[in-house]
Amino acid sequence: MKHLLAVNDLGAEGIEEVLRVTDSFVEVSSRAIPKVPALRGKTVVSLFYESSTRTRLSFETAARRLSADIMTFTAPTSAIAKGESLRDTVETIQAMGIDAVVVRHGSAGVPQLIASWIDASVVNAGDGWHEHPTQALLDCYTIRQRRGSLDALRIAVVGDVKHSRVARSDVAAFALLGADVTLVAPPTLLPPSLEGWPVTVSHDLDAVLPKVDVVYVLRLQNERMKEALLPSLREYTASYGLTRRRADLLADDALVMHPGPMNRGVEIAADVAALENSVITTQVANGVAVRMAVLYLLLGSGQDLAG
Amino acid sequence: MVDATGTRRADVLVAGGRVAAVGDDLDAPGAQVLDAGGCLVAPGLVDLHAHLREPGREEAETVETGARAAALGGYTAIVAMPNTEPAIDSAAVVRQVLDLGATAPCDVRVAGAITVGRAGKALAPMAEMAALGVRLFTDDGAGVQDARLMRRALEYASALDVTLAQHCEDEALAAGGHMHEGEWSSRLGLPGIPAEAEELMVARDIALCRLTGARAHFLHLSTAGSLELVAAAKAAGLPVTAEVAPHHFTLTHAEVAGYDPVYKVNPPLRTAADVAAVKAALAAGVVDAIATDHAPHAPEAKEAPFDQAPPGMLGLETALALALGELDLPVERVLALLSWQPAAIAGLAGEHGGPIAEGAAANLCVVDPAAAWVVEPDLLASRSRNTPYGGRKLRGRVRHTILRGEPVVIDFEAQR
Ligand SMILES: [Zn+2]
Repeated sequence: MKHLLAVNDLGAEGIEEVLRVTDSFVEVSSRAIPKVPALRGKTVVSLFYESSTRTRLSFETAARRLSADIMTFTAPTSAIAKGESLRDTVETIQAMGIDAVVVRHGSAGVPQLIASWIDASVVNAGDGWHEHPTQALLDCYTIRQRRGSLDALRIAVVGDVKHSRVARSDVAAFALLGADVTLVAPPTLLPPSLEGWPVTVSHDLDAVLPKVDVVYVLRLQNERMKEALLPSLREYTASYGLTRRRADLLADDALVMHPGPMNRGVEIAADVAALENSVITTQVANGVAVRMAVLYLLLGSGQDLAG
Repeated sequence: MVDATGTRRADVLVAGGRVAAVGDDLDAPGAQVLDAGGCLVAPGLVDLHAHLREPGREEAETVETGARAAALGGYTAIVAMPNTEPAIDSAAVVRQVLDLGATAPCDVRVAGAITVGRAGKALAPMAEMAALGVRLFTDDGAGVQDARLMRRALEYASALDVTLAQHCEDEALAAGGHMHEGEWSSRLGLPGIPAEAEELMVARDIALCRLTGARAHFLHLSTAGSLELVAAAKAAGLPVTAEVAPHHFTLTHAEVAGYDPVYKVNPPLRTAADVAAVKAALAAGVVDAIATDHAPHAPEAKEAPFDQAPPGMLGLETALALALGELDLPVERVLALLSWQPAAIAGLAGEHGGPIAEGAAANLCVVDPAAAWVVEPDLLASRSRNTPYGGRKLRGRVRHTILRGEPVVIDFEAQR
């Protein structure tokens, strides 16, 4: 594996491999000194054109625990010069002699473009509405931790699928691992075409919830109101919010997930997020180990895991 | 020799910028001889749709570099689109571009803007521009959104013996889109432009054409639905004409999968079904012309995220080979679509597009239909490199181009 740009590049076997390696890094993370020398001498750059402190810190913590050197470029602050083209920035970074770029960008496809320009490995940390593959990997890892496997699990992905890179990555990963995925959303928040998507669609959350093993709630961004996609947040919550009443429709062992950050009271009620079957904080915790596994598989020599 | 009157074998003698004789074994001691063995001698090609970028965007193209690319592609006349900076919306800018073209290796004509600054608010001085020979008007790059204003423009134009040409795109429906809306935009997470954004304006302008009786030309049609509307309008006897661009019969939206902005164009690359419909409409005569929509962009502009890159592709140097190779049409039909039919729409009949006969202007191209070549972006004469066909093997190439009797391309090489 040279790059991690999209989930489908990994395939089912690639995902399984990441999840296996993640197991050993979960163990590392539990140590008193959670650090291994696996990537000593390697340099990882985080290039974040969109601010996402959570994702950036998760990657940088992962790189640090692998003993890699880290450089951070974030826009609009400092290092990315105003008006400098993406290509120029990327070539400047490449000239510094780096091994991997972790990139977050508001435009779909930027990681692919960067991968076509430079020799270093590229990790997609979220590109526009397109993909967020490490989020999908940590989601799969979290589900597997609780349910053993994703095979034949029924998973509902609820909310703004159209504008969600998390949804595109999760749908691909869940389906590759054998899960049965249902999208639940108003038609305005679904992609215009679902041709080739391994999903079924419903507009009736109440009918779907009793049948699923996992309900994955997507974040609803406030700007969707301005684009005539929804009449109001109140109406969205009434039809598609995971309210306390709706959570009671779930099976006892069904998991509640969310990629964060949550709009409590909009797509998910605060007391639902706090339920015992909510694994939202576990998702965050697993993020570091999954990203360690990804960086290790891209840059590691295959040794030094024991550290 | 191929022109609108048929195909025959003959020598062509050119003198004083005109065809002096056509016949067997012509003898002209001391004359320069251009070998046309195995080739077709045809009227020069005419492009209804070239963005030459001058004034304002000379880093992407100039009138001179665009005209050289055109000559190499077999064109003896091109119509420069008015979305320059400033826009070609006054006699002054028309004159500026015509002056720049006066010494170019291709006849450069100008399309004027329909509205001031192409802003869609007020009519541009069409009569003033028509007096300088402008025969096509368009706000290309955008369509005229206001139906009432478009109606007035058609009415006003009908007294001027000019044609209004529309870039059909309903901006409200297309807003924010960067590629065709459908399977691939959904998968790639890119906002889409539905086919209906084009079709709505085609339907509206057909209605306005019926209302005003004025003629209308549709630029770069790209969807099956648009072509059905035009076929119906023509069947109803309305004075409409239509063009399509080579990329819309050779490429689909699946090309966008790698997010390379070289495949970003407006109207966007559509579905395989649309490509088939464009080919069928060319074969059925629903489409009157193949136009390049040659749209150069400097490399740095195209090395950007897909949703930030400007739309447009080069076209002048590849159009003929693509038409010969990808369309299942006899060469006479291909040349009709590239030469005499667009010449008539541009108001250039008589000067360009043949027929090749004694006394006619010597605007000719000599096509070697068997010449195989590979598109190498760095070798193109355009100042820009944004061809989506880099590395593609093509068959059919222009060997010589003759502009007003002067060989401006000889043996595949530009002479100036
Ligand atoms: Zn246009």
